Amino acid sequence: MYKIVEARNVGLNIKQFVIDAPRIARKQRPGQFLILRLHEKGERIPLTIKSSDPEAGTVTIVVQGVGKTTSLLNCLEAGDSILDIVGPLGRPSEIEKYGTAMILAGSVGTAMALPTSNALKQAGNHVIFIEGARSKEMVVFEDEVRQASSEAYIMTDDGSYGERGLVTKKLNELLAAGRKIDFVLAVGPVPMMRAVAQITAPLAIKTMVSLNSIMVDGTGMCGGCRVLLGGKSKFACVDGPEFDASLVNFEVLMQRNAMYRDKECESLKQFEEHKQEELAQLRAELAAKEKEVARLREELAAGEAHYA
Amino acid sequence: MPEKSTLPNSALNILPLKERMKILRRHMPELNPQVRSHNFQEVNQGLEAADALIEATRCLACAKPGCVVDCPVGVKIKEIVALIYAGEYLAAAAKLREDNALPAITGRVCPQENQCEGGCVLGKKGAPVAIGNLERFVADFERTSGKLGLPANAPATGKSVAIVGSGPAGLSAAGDLIQKGHRVRVFEALHELGGVLVYGIPEFRLPKAIVKEEVDNLRRMGVEFETNVVVGKSVTIDELMRNEHYDAVFVATGAGLPVFLGVPGEHFNGVYSANEFLTRVNLMRAYNSAEYDEPVYDCRDKDVIVVGGGNTAMDAVRTSRRLGARTATLVYRRSEAEMPARKEEVKHAREEGIEFRMLTNPIEFLGDEKGWLTGARCVRMELGEPDASGRRRPVEIKGSEYILPASVAIIGVGTTANPLIQSTTPDLATNKRNYIVADEKTMRTSKRGVFAGGDIVTGSATVILAMGAGRKAAASIHEYLTSGQWTVNSEQA
Repeated sequence: MYKIVEARNVGLNIKQFVIDAPRIARKQRPGQFLILRLHEKGERIPLTIKSSDPEAGTVTIVVQGVGKTTSLLNCLEAGDSILDIVGPLGRPSEIEKYGTAMILAGSVGTAMALPTSNALKQAGNHVIFIEGARSKEMVVFEDEVRQASSEAYIMTDDGSYGERGLVTKKLNELLAAGRKIDFVLAVGPVPMMRAVAQITAPLAIKTMVSLNSIMVDGTGMCGGCRVLLGGKSKFACVDGPEFDASLVNFEVLMQRNAMYRDKECESLKQFEEHKQEELAQLRAELAAKEKEVARLREELAAGEAHYA
Repeated sequence: MPEKSTLPNSALNILPLKERMKILRRHMPELNPQVRSHNFQEVNQGLEAADALIEATRCLACAKPGCVVDCPVGVKIKEIVALIYAGEYLAAAAKLREDNALPAITGRVCPQENQCEGGCVLGKKGAPVAIGNLERFVADFERTSGKLGLPANAPATGKSVAIVGSGPAGLSAAGDLIQKGHRVRVFEALHELGGVLVYGIPEFRLPKAIVKEEVDNLRRMGVEFETNVVVGKSVTIDELMRNEHYDAVFVATGAGLPVFLGVPGEHFNGVYSANEFLTRVNLMRAYNSAEYDEPVYDCRDKDVIVVGGGNTAMDAVRTSRRLGARTATLVYRRSEAEMPARKEEVKHAREEGIEFRMLTNPIEFLGDEKGWLTGARCVRMELGEPDASGRRRPVEIKGSEYILPASVAIIGVGTTANPLIQSTTPDLATNKRNYIVADEKTMRTSKRGVFAGGDIVTGSATVILAMGAGRKAAASIHEYLTSGQWTVNSEQA
């Protein structure tokens, strides 16, 4: 059981949670993710960690409600608990002094890219951060983006905030203006990451993408998250999640990510029809679990006396 | 004290040997194949007491019992069978527990034909004593009797042991170490305890409730469990010892990494590792998709092929059948005689309508333009000269290629070591295949205070061997914690 210490809406359908998870907080590095499960019948989903506070023992995640699990999660508030969280998983971002490093992040991807951006800046890079969102309500963490970078641009698809256009438009502009870019990290929807890779590959700019393939355990045990990298199979959970964009087969990634779309849509529809019941049920289950944990703890304490 | 004196007089079988040999082996009652191939209920229903008595009567009580010799952990089978004959089931269970920490589990999943029953002298002319069924009988009797004699723990030693992995090796080590008075904490990467017993072996072969009971018993004995900890990621072995002050660590993480075939098309949607398919269905209960969120390919009215010949492949193919597959075909590159699967699983699979396509090897997976699997290009094989495993090597028959249509293909050709611990513990010696090097007798690794056992040392093996390794490690850890002596095996230096 992992207590939610703080929960707040940070954008349209996007929520930030600070969660009590001391083990993860102690070990988390930029680029790593966690896997959580909300209830006994719930699925395991991977979510990138935005930041952690080892002293307080908390981790921060940002969740966009897109499917059943993320939508249910976004109904939770401070004081609620999450049944299972495991992490930190995956390899941390490789932080080096490249010179000029550019981050391109799509909406909720911004949260994932922030820790890496910070680390790149601290390593002495000039960091250009381009945040993209569909519209103004989905622009998140603007202040933090500015803080974590040396130069920041906000792009919206509809022009309702910042500049109008996709993040790749800004990338092309900067390149056309003769800016020398030594490293690129793209985090966001697959088409966006693919578009970035198509621009930077011919220019031989080292480009990393953070892949969001479907996972179960997150420890290399199932291979469900495998991606084709230069014709070879790699596991996003243990070999990634960041990979060299020039090697990634994005078509296969998109196909594999669509594997359970029918069931996902059906689940989401069911959930939206029974949202309040589902939430009440989840809270009841968590409360029962809380009691069970307390009872076990008591038993353990009684056992501990034996070792005192 | 000689073992025999502990048996009651009633355990002495008075029937002449010749008469005993006339008795036929009792059959395990099973669910009807037509019914069970549509559900996940346990196939084997367990022997009735009357049948157990008859089966126990068959035992010839050999002076040198081959069954005991061939049991990897030397369970005192002869005495246990005699106690069953005497109707002393709880005493039989207690005797069983002396060498086997998880009898209700091994009674269901051990490959008895290669072990105890393979050594039974009756097997030379007829059918061996059904030792596995008897084991399960006494274990289940004990479980349901409510009279589980949990052994008392020795006085606290003040020492603590971290066990990494809650599979058969970890659980059995935990049981032994807590009894010796040490503090024991088991770390599990997944959210549920039991390792391969819950994510790998399906409900119809090993009900999860039985694993949970074993775990609960350990909890009652004082073992602490912490789920959702990936050692090597959430915490390292060094941190466990340095920051969390464990005096010893037992690494029992199993061989959990799936092996793929490495043929073109393995990325198509519908191609699974057996690990993924079984984890979705077993651990995440995807077979009950109405209630559980984790999805699995909807196998209903689809053609499913499973590649491999071991128990995992057999579990996967029988699972796909239960999920409604129109055809469920096992594809294996050798012949049935070389299949490592338990004989009983092969029998059950056949009864459930699994098609066996032996001497067949997929060389490519085919898919449609949207990335969904449509079939496998296969080649026929023939058996050549024996290879390193002693089995005849399968050789491709030139020009025998053909396409086997399939919507789902599950790869169950084996697993290998997960490198998460090795890569974060620099002074832990590993072999070429990245398994941890541990002394066969003491289970000591190259790192002081760290022991390893089970599949992470041997490569994929059986539940009973992992359990045996766990017990051996527990004895060795206890010895180390009491003596404080650590001598590194010269071979590992």
